[in-house]
Amino acid sequence: MLQRALQLGLRMLGREWRSGELGVLLLALTVAVGALTGVGFLVNRISQSVALQANEVLAADLRLEASSAPDERYAREAERRSLRTARTTSVLSVVFSGDQNQLANLRAVSDAYPLRGSIGVSSTVFGTAQLRATGPKPGEVWPDSKLLAALGIKVGDMVSVGARSFRVSQVLISRPDQGGGFGELAPSLLMNLADLPSTQLLQPGSRASHALLFAGEREAIAEFKPWLDRERERGERLRDVREASPQIQSAIDRAGRFLSLASLVAVLLCAIAVAMSARRYVKRHLDSVALLKTLGASSNFTLTVSLVQLLLIALAAALLGSAFGYLVQTWLVQALQGLLRADLPPPDLVPLALGFLTAVSLLAGFALPPLLQLSRVPAIRVLRRDMGPPPPAVWLAFGPAVAAVTFLVYWVVRDWTFFLIFVAGLSLFIVVLAGAGALLVKFAAALRGTVGVSWRYGVANLSRRRAESIVQIVAFGLGIMILLLLAVVRNDLLTDWRKSLPADLPNFFFINIPPDQREQFFDYLDTEGAKTARALPMIRARLTALNGQPIETMEFVDPRGEGYSRRDQNITWQAELGDDNRIVAGRWWSEADHGKPLVSISDEYQQGLGLKIGDRMTFDVAGETIEAEVSSVRQIKWDSFQPNFFVVFPPDLLDDLAGTWMTSAYFKPGDGGVIAELVRRFPSVSVFDLDDLLTQVRSVIDKAVFAVQSVFVFTLFAGLTVLLAAVQATRDERRYESAMLRTLGASRATVTRGILAEFTALGLLSGLLAATGASIAGYVLAHQVLQVPYAFDLAIWVVGLLGGATLVAVSGWLATRSVLRQPPASSLRGAAP
Amino acid sequence: MTKDIVLEARKLVKQVSSPEGPLTIVDDVDFQVTAGESVAIVGASGAGKSTLLALLAGLDTPTRGSVLLAGEDLTHLDEDGRARLRAARVGFVFQSFHLVPALTALENVMLPLELAGRSDARPVALAALERVGLKGRTGHYPRQLSGGEQQRVAIARAFVTEPAVLFADEPTGNLDTVTGARIADLLFDLNARSHTTLVLVTHDRTLAARCARMWVMEAGRVVPG
Repeated sequence: MLQRALQLGLRMLGREWRSGELGVLLLALTVAVGALTGVGFLVNRISQSVALQANEVLAADLRLEASSAPDERYAREAERRSLRTARTTSVLSVVFSGDQNQLANLRAVSDAYPLRGSIGVSSTVFGTAQLRATGPKPGEVWPDSKLLAALGIKVGDMVSVGARSFRVSQVLISRPDQGGGFGELAPSLLMNLADLPSTQLLQPGSRASHALLFAGEREAIAEFKPWLDRERERGERLRDVREASPQIQSAIDRAGRFLSLASLVAVLLCAIAVAMSARRYVKRHLDSVALLKTLGASSNFTLTVSLVQLLLIALAAALLGSAFGYLVQTWLVQALQGLLRADLPPPDLVPLALGFLTAVSLLAGFALPPLLQLSRVPAIRVLRRDMGPPPPAVWLAFGPAVAAVTFLVYWVVRDWTFFLIFVAGLSLFIVVLAGAGALLVKFAAALRGTVGVSWRYGVANLSRRRAESIVQIVAFGLGIMILLLLAVVRNDLLTDWRKSLPADLPNFFFINIPPDQREQFFDYLDTEGAKTARALPMIRARLTALNGQPIETMEFVDPRGEGYSRRDQNITWQAELGDDNRIVAGRWWSEADHGKPLVSISDEYQQGLGLKIGDRMTFDVAGETIEAEVSSVRQIKWDSFQPNFFVVFPPDLLDDLAGTWMTSAYFKPGDGGVIAELVRRFPSVSVFDLDDLLTQVRSVIDKAVFAVQSVFVFTLFAGLTVLLAAVQATRDERRYESAMLRTLGASRATVTRGILAEFTALGLLSGLLAATGASIAGYVLAHQVLQVPYAFDLAIWVVGLLGGATLVAVSGWLATRSVLRQPPASSLRGAAP
Repeated sequence: MTKDIVLEARKLVKQVSSPEGPLTIVDDVDFQVTAGESVAIVGASGAGKSTLLALLAGLDTPTRGSVLLAGEDLTHLDEDGRARLRAARVGFVFQSFHLVPALTALENVMLPLELAGRSDARPVALAALERVGLKGRTGHYPRQLSGGEQQRVAIARAFVTEPAVLFADEPTGNLDTVTGARIADLLFDLNARSHTTLVLVTHDRTLAARCARMWVMEAGRVVPG
């Protein structure tokens, strides 16, 4: 039986294909799968590239840091796994030149350093960086600008480090792993690791820090990391990119979320297209299946035949769609090459699996229930056309679809909160759409007597095909809303990025500004034309107890907590909340709170230490013990590049304690001389050059912008397919009706106007509902998921209404145009309703 | 006379529910049809002819009573069982032809043979189309054929499995008089040649008169006409 069903299914499929019957279903599915895999390929390439770039801030894919030299066996194991390794050792020491000396951080690196990213060097202090793939050769050193400025020397001069003398061959401008933090206050000097023993600086007991760096294929690193984590000694710290650079991570996170969202949109559009196509497929096959049964086929047989057909269509669509997605994505990347500052790595094959899985689960969810219905159509339909299949059980009609969407949505976002908001919002929107659709249909029925003949025909159609009209309003509305929503969110995201990374973003940070030199310092910046940002006081503090319990006796599950509890912390006090900070718990202090023992902490800090509002924290600040109550938790947008602190106190509490000031400022490229002069004039001020980090962040955001734009193009494609599929679904009925009307003497123009009237009404209402839905969803998404400010936009209402009406009317007219061109007789004969 | 009975209705009743309470469409119908016989059931629109045909062919189930088709009690068979019996012993011709629009004339005729798993479907179907005079139209789709031609394809499809009983529901109802007469000729000719039992439902008395026996259906009841 099965074999016969397979054979017949295949044969029927071939015949239906020749007759042009399957074209639209295949097209809808192909474009949907194409959009989805295309998005998948793009996201894959961009995230690979972003991950590689993000790893540059570690100078590796993975780092092991320790206070004693890490065991050789780690490197041996890594090399066995075809990973590349490099070593660095840092030690604080005084560097001499003539009678000048300066404490500096000596960083000795092996020949393979850096494994990711490159080193920026220049021939002058604070000069424009040229990139080098490796560090200094033995016998040479690369001091940074601050060190050279402090010692008053230049390239070509000699410096003494421990027992050795070295020639200064370059000025160190940037290294990939310098980070954005202020852990290292001392100027630094890069040297070759082979030279380190001859300096005799490393003695037993000397305070050095060592790092072993690893890089290689993604899979190899992913396998190596758990091994290293298991094998490492206590006190050896494993770092990957997640904790290395909050600025870059923040941008990557938001881009990633948008792209997940975009993939989701493609999935949903795909689902609507499949559902509409499957409906049409079933409607067109009711008669055939009833006939097959009359001719003696069993229910199982007809079901198998339909399943075979649909499965083959899915397979073909998945293959064609994936190929199409790949090609379009390749073309997009080439066409928009100018937008990117770097080449993208080729995609891996994961999106292909995504394409197949999506095609299959969407078909299973959205096409299987109608197919089951199809197999239940009674044979008696051949005699009585009004006999359809019995109505399905509700769980059968919606269960698989809900399951398929739920599965895909979760699979794409993998975030429970986002997932729940999304599913709840979507369900609500569908219910509202269906309700509003029903209302419109009722309203349209009442309108019939008051409009002209075309409109009466069109509007009458709406109320006559009640269920059909509601389904179409839901499909159109959902499609338009998703596209509008994506447009809104895309705009918000792009605007926010452009705003957060203006060309004059602070690229230098200055800390340790003594209070008594503060005014002179700012005057100097002013006269040199540098644009300064907010200035904040700063003081070192150490956390000593939480809720009265000494910190040494506490253990933290979160490795970040371990770090926060052991390290000295820079803290500040501040009256106003910066606009790059957002309160996520508790409240920011008012003027009445100034001087009270309160503290505001960042959410990383709160999570790391497991704190909640009302917890008491004890700090040792410059020898004084301060106990304060946690009054608020802030989420900080690190990519704002403004001075920000994990721990902030209200004003009037610590003002008497001796602290220093910090600020950030923007200097144009080529202002190196000004900075060198500043270092000489204010020797106690530490200068941090963030240009390199900014370049990295800008490049990440470039890619994110590119991804956002091109993914948008893809989803537009998918949206148009949905429209086409939705219109096609009623095409057969329209063919028959328009033939009938024309037989009764209606002109083609009258019928056309009727069809236009019907689709325009559908489009207007769908557009109105879609704009409402998109505004609400856009607000929620911007606030909860992407953390960008939401700008209310009247345009989406205009676009939603006009665009919806135009798009739906035009595609309705396009799809039914051929119907109107045929003489009525052939329509009446060829396809009964 | 000991002729084989191929179709028998015993106290057949079909009721459906309506807003005004249960409605009896087929009311206590009893009859027998012997092999090779041709029987016409005539009656006005709404008399219950099509419902009776559906019950006799096992397309619908009776409220009470039973139908014996080729010796098997249809009421003892489930839907798939009835489908199997139809595949083996029954052919159909419908008023609105019921050809699969996506299949050519030849493929439509091959369909019942393929359903029965016959490997010689193509030559047998070609021969059947030749018998109805459509040798030159085998590759045409239904929409490319006239009404008369479509019904010829349907007749070829009905006879191609050499059924024991052929049910025809207003076979000329959608055709003009001349074409209708030709189709009727073809139907009776093939029926005579293949010794099939013919059960014909129509409101056309002229057509009905060509059958050996005629019953009249009125308000659900059947009386000899």
